[in-house]
Amino acid sequence: MTDATVPPASDGVEPRYSPLHDVHVAAGASFTDFAGWQMPVRYSSDLAEHHAVRQAAGLFDLSHMAEIAVSGPDAGAFLDAALAGTLSTIAVGRAKYSLLLTAGGGIVDDLVVYRLDEHDFLVVANAGNRSAAFDLLAHRADGFDVTVDDESDDTALIAIQGPEAEGVLDELITADRLAPDSPLSELRYYRVLQGTFDDAPVLIARTGYTGEDGFELYLAPDVAPALWQALAEAGAPRGVVPAGLASRDTLRLEAGMPLYGHELGLHTKPAQAGLGRVVDMKKSSFAGRDHVEPEASARVLVGLALEGKRAARADYAVVDPSGTPVGVVTSGALSPTLGHPVAMAYVDPDSAAVGTTLGVDVRGTTIPATVVALPFYKRS
Amino acid sequence: MTDLTTLKYTAEHEWLLIEGDTATVGITDYAADKLGDVVYVDLPAVGSEIEAGKVVGEIESTKSVGELFAPVLGTVLEINDAVVDSPDLVNSSPFGNGWLVKITMSGDLPALLSRDEYVALTAE
Repeated sequence: MTDATVPPASDGVEPRYSPLHDVHVAAGASFTDFAGWQMPVRYSSDLAEHHAVRQAAGLFDLSHMAEIAVSGPDAGAFLDAALAGTLSTIAVGRAKYSLLLTAGGGIVDDLVVYRLDEHDFLVVANAGNRSAAFDLLAHRADGFDVTVDDESDDTALIAIQGPEAEGVLDELITADRLAPDSPLSELRYYRVLQGTFDDAPVLIARTGYTGEDGFELYLAPDVAPALWQALAEAGAPRGVVPAGLASRDTLRLEAGMPLYGHELGLHTKPAQAGLGRVVDMKKSSFAGRDHVEPEASARVLVGLALEGKRAARADYAVVDPSGTPVGVVTSGALSPTLGHPVAMAYVDPDSAAVGTTLGVDVRGTTIPATVVALPFYKRS
Repeated sequence: MTDLTTLKYTAEHEWLLIEGDTATVGITDYAADKLGDVVYVDLPAVGSEIEAGKVVGEIESTKSVGELFAPVLGTVLEINDAVVDSPDLVNSSPFGNGWLVKITMSGDLPALLSRDEYVALTAE
């Protein structure tokens, strides 16, 4: 038996390790290479971890993500010019999903931007795009009174995602270990507040990538193991488990969230990916504006629900009923929550309407598929 | 619990229990762990003739697809319907209820690995 889908190890490059690596080893994690990092792919069972996040909560180590601080009097104006969305007008304590585009309107990265203060923003980029995002932001900062700093090496990121997440944080607050500057109960979705954990600064954001309620906690690497341990211990009686990247991928897929390198890339325009809303065309200028509109014939991202149990996977062909190729799968899995295979795919515009009957070529067999609305799963 | 030293192994992470001219085949715990949770198993039809080294089935986990290679030349005598219905048996009992196929061997036994040799292979 061989595994046909695991990419070859990147030879000769020293892997990077999370500040939580020893904790994961002790917890029995299996590791995978992700953008040059050795990160937990699963601890015991990725299905169990997936279900735990939907029913209780999961703890994720996301310390490989890139954190870029943008500060200075022109910070808002700079981000408006550098990104597809308008960031200057969001209130302090708010977060916004945004895109960093090439001059040609392709996607360099998708980002979450937090406004921490009037002149302070935190831009969170994908691990694999760390240098591309940082370099482009630094380049575009020219002429603005702003500093752009890559703080990734000084930042650990722990996410707790699932219906029990708030209760677990409340226990840490009651135990006088976590001290948010304002009540956690008032922190709504896509907001961020500052505080301390064991007297060390922590950012508490109500954001995530699983389709569940949850939090992302940014703090210094040296205190991250203590926070992880505290969350794990407080969470265990509630059914909270550590969760690896395998479950994170099936969770985000069910939630219809794009993954850079799969649904998003340099040759993808935002509107093709269903992200037209992220692009603020009311701004008179921003990097990529002139070419951000895709051609009318450009393929668009759709959700597919498949029959049977066999998953459609990235790069499999999507065909119409006559067998003519009309698209390509970008992500797919047997949905643990729904019990049938789901996939995201780019298809020709005339095959993209919800309800369209298509097929996916799963290693030589055409599996019937129907275009469905995204997300596949929405929490009740 | 199966005595793992009585089994033979392949470099493709299959195990074989050889009894007369019948070989029972599954994948090892190492392979099951590497795959992650198995969610779909595709096995060859009973009666089909298989050739050593050829792909005869698939084992899919949430994350990846593994190919099942025929370790020996022969005819498929029986397949494990239970594992088709409950693919998680591959994870929970790789050497027991998670067996995949029984093959009536019709050729010479190819070179296979002993338990020690297999463990050494996976220890790298």
